[in-house]
Amino acid sequence: MMEAFDDLLWSYQSLIYGLGTNAILGLSMYAVLQLGQLSLGQAAFMGIGAYTGTLLTLKLGLPFPLVLAGAAVVPAMAAALIGGPTLKLSGVHLAIATIGLGEVLRVAYINTEALGGALGLSGIPEKSSFWIIFGLLAVILVAFILASRSKIGRACEAIREDEDTARVMGIDVAAYKMTALVISAALAGLAGALNAHFSSFIGPNEFAFETAVSILSFAILGGVTTPFGPVLGAFVLTALPEVLRPLHDFRLVFNGLIIVLVVIFLPKGILGFRIRRTG
Amino acid sequence: MLSQQLFNALVLGSVYALFALGFTLTFGVLKVINLLYGFYVAVGAFAALVGVQSLGLGLWAAGLFGVVVAGVVAVVCDTLLLTPLRRARAPELSSLIVTLGGVLLMNSLMHILFGAEVRRFPSGLLSQEAVHLGPLLVAPIQLVIVATVFVLVALLFVFMEKTRLGTAIRAIAERPDTAALMGVNVGLVVSFVSFLSAALSAAAGILIGLNFNAVQPYMGESMMLRGFAVIIVGGLGDIRGALVAGLGLGFLEVMTAGYVSSNLKEAVAFSALILGLWLRPAGLFGKASGKRA
Repeated sequence: MMEAFDDLLWSYQSLIYGLGTNAILGLSMYAVLQLGQLSLGQAAFMGIGAYTGTLLTLKLGLPFPLVLAGAAVVPAMAAALIGGPTLKLSGVHLAIATIGLGEVLRVAYINTEALGGALGLSGIPEKSSFWIIFGLLAVILVAFILASRSKIGRACEAIREDEDTARVMGIDVAAYKMTALVISAALAGLAGALNAHFSSFIGPNEFAFETAVSILSFAILGGVTTPFGPVLGAFVLTALPEVLRPLHDFRLVFNGLIIVLVVIFLPKGILGFRIRRTG
Repeated sequence: MLSQQLFNALVLGSVYALFALGFTLTFGVLKVINLLYGFYVAVGAFAALVGVQSLGLGLWAAGLFGVVVAGVVAVVCDTLLLTPLRRARAPELSSLIVTLGGVLLMNSLMHILFGAEVRRFPSGLLSQEAVHLGPLLVAPIQLVIVATVFVLVALLFVFMEKTRLGTAIRAIAERPDTAALMGVNVGLVVSFVSFLSAALSAAAGILIGLNFNAVQPYMGESMMLRGFAVIIVGGLGDIRGALVAGLGLGFLEVMTAGYVSSNLKEAVAFSALILGLWLRPAGLFGKASGKRA
């Protein structure tokens, strides 16, 4: 039994590992979307985590747990910097500020010699394993489920449904939004570092706009009414292009189409956003 | 030297301003950050290229053709994607997300259809020879850009202030429900705004395509980043702010590239965006208004 599992892991390693890291990315999107906030910086945070983790491994040779911790902390700090001015404004401002982040970092990576420039960094030792990736995924998933069933979950739902009412009820809306953004960036960074330590290579173009939208599509397809949604969405959208080979070239077209169709035809069901009743 | 830099800044800044005008106009009226807006840059440039190469049109006719094609594409896209959400009174983030999916879809399709290689306008469309204007060395395309942008912006301001349709647009931007009660055909005006703003985006795309003599499917993306910075710094929906911020961004980029480092030029827009959010979140000319429950 165990042997068969090892064989399967060997043949489909990058796909299976990808399922795990993409599920973590889906959950990182869930952390902000469940508050009705939209961050388009998930790919950028993932990139910061991937570069941080890679440098910690290659230059300093730190043990893997410390590498992962660093890969979570650095993007979290970047998120705090961006969240400061934007979260007080409308949701649109956060989306715009974060969409710019990925693009500016891409240019920064290309122009920085120490980060490998346009060629990226290669020869990253393989340190991610099935148990590390899926163990972390399980821990994160359980944490989200526990949170969503507690007072925190109800507060998040209240903020998503009606921010002003939530504030009147005594919920510290700004603190919730900031915490969600920071956690979401940390998770994305973690996924980025995990990814880098099995793909053995990272490059400046991997963490741009397309990746950000793909991460969003995991959460949109699965919905954000339960933490299982984004995990399921990530599994389906990661596995589908592998199973249906002809789809492979059209992967991005497909992700885009999924977003469009789900938002238009199931705006309430899957997004879980409130539809305003009156003008 | 400085005067030459200032002139280059004016050319670049006026294209940014033109691009951002339509972007901020869409937001002002539809209250939606339409991410498809950058896609129309490429649509306009490609259509103009087809106009020149396959239809044998002249420069101005091809430009007009590109602008109209982009406008029609925008009306179709907005009717399919945004109108259903507006009818359902969905929250603004749903609309943003739908255009996000839309732009991924359209850009990828465009990539598959046309390939990623850079296409060029045939030589001889515009004289390449630079002329001396006092201390300045000016390429004909730069004059075309400045003159076109000046005329289009002037027309836009007159249109918005003096015509009935312009008044209707401003009324909808202010309060769509009240405008509808006053007899404004909201659906029709909204479609017109889609057309108009995409036409401005396409015009910017054609001018950029001519300036760098390069047309490719993703050319709108770098413009979008600058567009975000300009409409945030100028104030969301503020046409005058977009004009000033667009020119300002062109100035900062040219000065950064000229006197600091050309690599840093790409970071100017984003830095301006973040600084703007910290210092003047309501925009250059905006008044701070607290959101009330």
